[in-house]
Amino acid sequence: MSKSMLQKLGGIQASLVCALTLSPVWAFASEAGTAAPVPPASDTAWWVWPLVLLIVTFFMGIVAVLGGVGGGVLYVPIISGFFPFHLDFVRGTGLLVALSGALAAGPGLLKMNMASLRLAIPVALIASTMAIVGAMVGLALPTNIVQILLGATILGIVVIMFTAKKSAIPDVKEADALSSALRITGIYHEASTGQDINWKVHRTPLGLATFIIIGFMAGMFGLGAGWANVPVLNLMMGAPLKISVATSKFLLSITDTSAAWIYLNKGCVIPMMVVPSLIGIMLGSFVGVRILKVAKPTFIRWMVIGILGFAGIKALTKGLGIDLF
Amino acid sequence: MSEPKITAQATEEQLLYANILEKGMLIGLLMMFGTFALYVFGIMKPSIPVTEIASYWNQPVHDYLVAINQNFLHWDHLPTGWAWLKLVGKGDFLNFIPIAILSGVTIFCYLAIVPGLFKRGDKAYAIMALAEAAILALAASGLLAVGH
Repeated sequence: MSKSMLQKLGGIQASLVCALTLSPVWAFASEAGTAAPVPPASDTAWWVWPLVLLIVTFFMGIVAVLGGVGGGVLYVPIISGFFPFHLDFVRGTGLLVALSGALAAGPGLLKMNMASLRLAIPVALIASTMAIVGAMVGLALPTNIVQILLGATILGIVVIMFTAKKSAIPDVKEADALSSALRITGIYHEASTGQDINWKVHRTPLGLATFIIIGFMAGMFGLGAGWANVPVLNLMMGAPLKISVATSKFLLSITDTSAAWIYLNKGCVIPMMVVPSLIGIMLGSFVGVRILKVAKPTFIRWMVIGILGFAGIKALTKGLGIDLF
Repeated sequence: MSEPKITAQATEEQLLYANILEKGMLIGLLMMFGTFALYVFGIMKPSIPVTEIASYWNQPVHDYLVAINQNFLHWDHLPTGWAWLKLVGKGDFLNFIPIAILSGVTIFCYLAIVPGLFKRGDKAYAIMALAEAAILALAASGLLAVGH
């Protein structure tokens, strides 16, 4: 093997180790890149970054499945915090990552009647409209402000993941007037008990109002919004957990579509970033599903919370111009 | 309005929506692998050489667009909105076709379920579906221009 090849392989190995351990060296590279409009020519071969992105997103895909989170919520803070890509492109790619995951899962969930189109349509109308507004605001604001808000949001997600409870089948005594009028109700077959579960929702106006904020944040930061969708659908509106998770996943295919178009039309999509990221996340998700059978979900969930907390602090300090780590 | 019986099975509209979404997703993803292979293996020449793209992706999007326009495209306007259609003969911009398919398939899903909803007298959902399709089409149109 030639010396140059060995050097390249050594460089990739170092890059991967840095990326996977969220090294301060990476953080410095990222900040230096943001400060300089045109960076100095690099010795790094052109294919190194897409390859690193592919491998890192592969592991991200595994962790996302095991941790029960969407790819977008891991992708945006980690890639923007520790890689040399500008936040504008990371948000555009993050939306497409979340969108692809939702598109892949959506048809099956709809056919199994786990995702409810009747529940999703009114929610999506509000969330996708607000995602457009969020994307426009996010692209109009200075990068450091968005980075600070992203950091704060990620830390908020950590708190939600840390504290939020789940209810398999919430007790909804009576459907509210709006959900009754819209006939947001359904039946799903619970395989574990063999029962058909009749479900309905309540507090629909409050739930729909909450999706104004969720949609806005999804568009502004390029995050999938499963972290917020599920608690609102399940705990606030009273949809069964399985219906909430499935409908949330399907919802992302609509919410993220609207915001993705804003980023796409603005020019925030670079195929050399998008395609390796999508392939990495998808392959990682396939592997993650297999590992899920033997993994200890509690440990993985704590790991995801830890990674997100670290990435959130990094985003916050980067936005504030503090070189903390 | 005829009230459909609620069962554990997906409704007709839901299945129609799912089928279109599935086809669009498969076409988009498969095409994405193909177009990216054409790009990354140099089978189709890109407008921005693969060896140089890494010099630009660390800049804000506006600076990036100005730089690639000055250095490679030489247009009298920045390549935003649907301008990429003029460049689909180039390996990098060819990848925007599957990305647009993945981003656009939902609009067709919504439009497809509208007639069935109207037919069953489910006007509220038909109007919401039409409104959603209109909102997504507006977002896709590129009319909502923003910038730093």
